[in-house]
Amino acid sequence: MSSYYESTDLARFGQIGEHGKALADEFFKYYGMVTGADGALTRREKALIALAISHSEKCPYCIDAYSTACLEAGANPAQMMEAVHVAAAMKAGITLVHAVQMKNHLDKLVL
Amino acid sequence: MNSSIPLRALAPARAPDLPRHDFDQLLKAQGITLPPLGINTLQVNITRLCNQVCRHCHVDASPTRTEALSRAGVERCVELLALHPQIGTLDITGGAPELHPDFEWLVAQATALGRHVMVRHNLTVTFDQHPQTGASMAHLPALFARHRCEVVCSLPYYQEFFTDAQRGDGVFAKSIQGLQDLNALGYGQPGSGLVLNLVYNPVGPYLPAAQAALQADYQRELHDRFAVVFNQLYTITNMPINRFRLHLEKSGQYESYMDKLLGAFNAQAAAGVMCRTLISVGHDGRLYDCDFNQMLDLPVPGQAGRAATIFNTDLAALAQRQIRFGSHCLGCTAGAGSSCGGATT
Repeated sequence: MSSYYESTDLARFGQIGEHGKALADEFFKYYGMVTGADGALTRREKALIALAISHSEKCPYCIDAYSTACLEAGANPAQMMEAVHVAAAMKAGITLVHAVQMKNHLDKLVL
Repeated sequence: MNSSIPLRALAPARAPDLPRHDFDQLLKAQGITLPPLGINTLQVNITRLCNQVCRHCHVDASPTRTEALSRAGVERCVELLALHPQIGTLDITGGAPELHPDFEWLVAQATALGRHVMVRHNLTVTFDQHPQTGASMAHLPALFARHRCEVVCSLPYYQEFFTDAQRGDGVFAKSIQGLQDLNALGYGQPGSGLVLNLVYNPVGPYLPAAQAALQADYQRELHDRFAVVFNQLYTITNMPINRFRLHLEKSGQYESYMDKLLGAFNAQAAAGVMCRTLISVGHDGRLYDCDFNQMLDLPVPGQAGRAATIFNTDLAALAQRQIRFGSHCLGCTAGAGSSCGGATT
């Protein structure tokens, strides 16, 4: 059965340039500059942030890529799991903080 | 994670390498030539016997291996050191080299000649008995210190999880004890002159982290958690041969790992490959460009179609040899480069 996600497709990411090379080139240049080198954040810190976002955005390509990238930046499973917990806590917090909106509306509705 | 480790990875017939992984062609396409620069290190793989069975081991070393350099071979290595003063370093590796019956004699002779002696020490052999004779190996730290050897120890991470996954259950705890014992003798301590270096290998098909940053992590964590100190950390890329290659093939990751190495090819790292300044000696006295070629049975060609050996070859003439490259060389040229002394850039 075919799948919407094939792990081998990750290596084909560059093919997005076939129909818009200039934009793809700019994107990959920007992407490399942001993620590929130490800056104000280390490559390891950036990889852990990207790993957390990979989970919150539910991207299997990114989870594979940034699990490897974290290891190649010297991170360990405890740090990686904690990064995912940060993403999970943010998701939970984002959900729960909207309860204030619910309360505001309840206040309007309830006599 | 695969729980079983094959003792020998000598594989049935393997598919030939893909053309894109042809290292000679890659060098040619980039206009790179890598002639020998000389020999400053004699690396002797004195035995394939080891008390451990590590998942990534390119030697396929284990307690069942019996290959060992003869006494005549060991004596010839000492003779070669005496004949060639430009070879400043003797690098003794294995297996666990300390398990060879002539290990201490070799160390004593080489240090008496004024050579810098490096021992590739796995930290656990001190606590495990000799796997074949049952003899205690507890004397090793004092032996190293007596001869002022540089001790190079494998420790794939500063935590138990990765270390035991690669090297076996309980190895991390023993390794820490081994490091503390070496520290107690002065190894790794500032001003002692007793050099203790550690080796990091990735615990899977990925590239090592940057050496300097990882060394800082190791120094902080090992000091804070175990009061362990050391000099330098060497990051070494896993070579896609023998036991590790078998793991890659069984898990369907061989091609992608080779592509990763190829994609990370670094011309600067290529210029610094260790085979340009080192010669490797096998258990049968044959000569190789490196320990990896040795394990792949790619000897230095000698006269009349025979392999070059320590008995029939003038080491000075090896400066004119053509180094034998293969797809595995992509492991030494990826990223920051890799050698027995860590990153090469």
